Amino acid sequence: MNTPSIPEKVVAAATARGYWKSVFFRLMRDKVTVVCLLVLLAVVFMAIFAPLIAPYDPFKGSILKRLLPFGSEGFPLGTDELGRDMITRLIYGGRLSLVMGITPVIAALVIGAFLGIIAGFMGGHTNTAIMRTIDVFYAFPSVLLAVAISGALGAGIFNAMVALTVVFIPPIARVSESVTTQVRSLDFVEAARASGASSLTIIRVHILGNVLGPVFIYSTSLISVSMILASGLSFLGLGTKPPEAEWGLMLNTLRTAIYLNPWVAALPGTMIFIVSICFNMLADGLRSAMDVTQ
Amino acid sequence: MFFYFLKRLGLVIPIAISVTVVCFSLVYLAPGDPLSAILPSDASIELIEKLKKEYGLDKPIPVQYVIWLGKALIGDLGTSIATGRPVSSEIGRAISNTLVLAFFGSAIGFSLGLAFGTIAGYKQGSWIDKTVTGIAVAGVSVPHYWLGMVLVIIFSVILGWLPAMGAGPSGEWAWDLEHIKHVLLPAITISVIPTAIVTRTVRALVADILGREFVTALRAKGLTDRGVFIHVVKNAAPTSLAVMGVQLGYLMGGSILVETVFSWPGTGFLLNTAIFQRDIPLLQGTILVLALFFVGLNLVVDLIQTALDPRIKRA
Amino acid sequence: MTGSAQGDKAPPYPPGARPILEVRELRKHFPLKTGMFGQGAGTVHAVDDISFSVMTGETLGIVGESGCGKSTTARLLMRLIDPDAGRVLLDGKGIAEPAPTGLEVRDARRQMQMVFQDSFASLNPRLTIEDSIAFGPIVHGLPTKQAKARARELLNKVGLAPERFAARYPHELSGGQRQRINIARALALEPRIVILDEAVSALDKSVEAQVLNLLLDLKKEFGLTYLFISHDLNVVRYMSDRVMVMYLGKVAEIGPVESIYGRTAHPYTTALLSAMPSMDPGKRTEAPPLVGDPPSPIDPPPGCRFRTRCPHAEEICGAGDPVLALAGEAHHVACLMMKAGSGHSKAPAA
Repeated sequence: MNTPSIPEKVVAAATARGYWKSVFFRLMRDKVTVVCLLVLLAVVFMAIFAPLIAPYDPFKGSILKRLLPFGSEGFPLGTDELGRDMITRLIYGGRLSLVMGITPVIAALVIGAFLGIIAGFMGGHTNTAIMRTIDVFYAFPSVLLAVAISGALGAGIFNAMVALTVVFIPPIARVSESVTTQVRSLDFVEAARASGASSLTIIRVHILGNVLGPVFIYSTSLISVSMILASGLSFLGLGTKPPEAEWGLMLNTLRTAIYLNPWVAALPGTMIFIVSICFNMLADGLRSAMDVTQ
Repeated sequence: MFFYFLKRLGLVIPIAISVTVVCFSLVYLAPGDPLSAILPSDASIELIEKLKKEYGLDKPIPVQYVIWLGKALIGDLGTSIATGRPVSSEIGRAISNTLVLAFFGSAIGFSLGLAFGTIAGYKQGSWIDKTVTGIAVAGVSVPHYWLGMVLVIIFSVILGWLPAMGAGPSGEWAWDLEHIKHVLLPAITISVIPTAIVTRTVRALVADILGREFVTALRAKGLTDRGVFIHVVKNAAPTSLAVMGVQLGYLMGGSILVETVFSWPGTGFLLNTAIFQRDIPLLQGTILVLALFFVGLNLVVDLIQTALDPRIKRA
Repeated sequence: MTGSAQGDKAPPYPPGARPILEVRELRKHFPLKTGMFGQGAGTVHAVDDISFSVMTGETLGIVGESGCGKSTTARLLMRLIDPDAGRVLLDGKGIAEPAPTGLEVRDARRQMQMVFQDSFASLNPRLTIEDSIAFGPIVHGLPTKQAKARARELLNKVGLAPERFAARYPHELSGGQRQRINIARALALEPRIVILDEAVSALDKSVEAQVLNLLLDLKKEFGLTYLFISHDLNVVRYMSDRVMVMYLGKVAEIGPVESIYGRTAHPYTTALLSAMPSMDPGKRTEAPPLVGDPPSPIDPPPGCRFRTRCPHAEEICGAGDPVLALAGEAHHVACLMMKAGSGHSKAPAA
């Protein structure tokens, strides 16, 4: 019998926790990431429980009370151009902004990963057919494509999300294809083929587990871009329509108010900025936490 | 090298054609007739038919595409429904403004990006590095249209130093103070994302190169810091230029948000107007020009990168 | 000189014995592509019409420099790549040929398994050791519980305590341990032949010795046949019963291990052996054993592949491919010097 060359305690600890748990623990040790995670959880919490938390009705406002500054009585963060309370609008706005930002990425992940994995595993003509089609959409700058599709389909939340999904499918498909191609050429896949397994079994057991991880991490880094673009579309008038509360739309409607009450007008964008940074830092932290084990 | 160029050109042409197909068919995504947006709902059938014929909308779609593409290739992109002027001249005017904006934006963005990235790469792990990386992450996370608003608030509304909108008195570009004042805020706004991305890329490249063994070997042989720096530049150049090229493409193609904030009369602003007025010829033409520009730019970037990087094998 | 006349191409094994594996004129060429506009820039002749046999229960060592085609041959045998021409017969049945004389690839794979060089890349980082080993049997229909039991049993056999190793992940183990697991995985399907493709090349010397001895023990216990591919001549000598020397996609020499090492016939093998460093200061090599650049396997020139570096090369060597000729007891060489009446000045008279 041979003795293991790695100190017993370390090995035992790692095995005891399992892979995902070790990722979780590593993530927890990075203070910055933890802060971002907490902030995001807070925002999500507020969005979900908006009706219970928000002090006022997001759609009711009094013209008399429009554009009150910070620290006004009853309205700590002021009011918007129609006299609605900013805190309420910001809390409710989080709902649509988050949904419009995250949903396209999820949809694109499902579709893009599917296409990319098939292309990467099959290789040959299937690969060429799928990837060349993807390349056509990759040939557009993302903002242009999002605006063009959204503009063509017409304003609206659903249309904006469709447009963004189309924008994100190509990069996710590309990453999926490239990772799948790499994994497919590794020896353990050859060994699996050598043991006589069918393609479907090989994909399920050996490929998916190793491909979805990196693809998922890549997708998380797209969330912040998605939120900015989604709100951007609303800012242009192509996404949500008034009187809905959504951060991008609020920036649009408050734009003319910057001469009267500049800082209130800047608030919705601040929220987008904060959430976006947190998602980015979280994605970075997740990447480092998962890398070490690999 | 020349054959490589031909080969790449050959690969690009099918993509370019597909792009034109996508541009053309975008308009047909929307439910309803393209004409319904401009006509009053009680327009007579004869009027509708007459306009259809005039705009060539009575022919089958693939035929319309070929006609449109044919005209586009000789420079005739149709007439704007809203203004009645030729689309190509509208785009021509707008694109020169966007080019100005992109020029200043990239000048700021690339120089800052290269500087920050190189410094951070050399001083990896130090507080300088951490600050720069932090700024880069912030730069990528900031909604630039919001940043534009904030800058307007600070410099126009509160301080009154710079104008909030427009490209200058005449709408045409000139190299004088008045115009510079107008372009400054939009250029800074649009430069944020490229700065962040270039900083990140350059930093990673420089840090990677400095950590490589060949640099240690060169230093051991007594190469000066300046000599090492030249090596760093040579190795980092191909990828850096590629990234900068792509960013330039985004600056041109994705300028709509910043141009809307500052009412800058560029292609992005034009696109905005075209969408809301459902000005089909203008919409198709603008998207086409911007998309093809991006494709062409990517090809140039690819060729430059290949020319500079001796590791890439050429046919 | 060319072709496969029966006399010259007498199967290279001692008469009377039975081969478990027979390779006949196996060929694999890889075309070099240059993309849309360029025509093919040549073909890599990775494996060029080789023939050999493997006897039941022996260890056939396969040696050669990098690029000689050893690994490609292994993958062709396992049918991980499809050959361009030639046949592989397992127990007389052609692999991938239709029934009744043929054998399906899936069935062949149950009888032939492979251990790869890179111990880490050979294991799915996401699966536990137990799951990796049990995968093959499960695929072939064994119930999961039994497959895992077999996995644990095999871990025991390769010297790793199942209680400690079954639930671990590859990244937690050392190279030597991983190779043992790869061997266990190969044995999980109860094969008769195991191909070891540079299986110990990446290990430290002390670990290598342990793994080699393990392989010998397992061979005895399970009655296995080995194909041992390596570039390390010492290891091949230790492990093999017969040795095949490959050069640029062709067989240079094949025979019993004592013949190959003791009565070397091919100039290439001589050079390889003389290049081995020795502990004896008296056996110092003064002159380089080989001069000239190794030619690339792309579009090789006609005639003997080795002639550009062979100290005995003559004009006749460029005329055609030398065919394997008998040079001793069950010892075959592809060199015109050994073939009677070949026209080479050093060949024996016809």
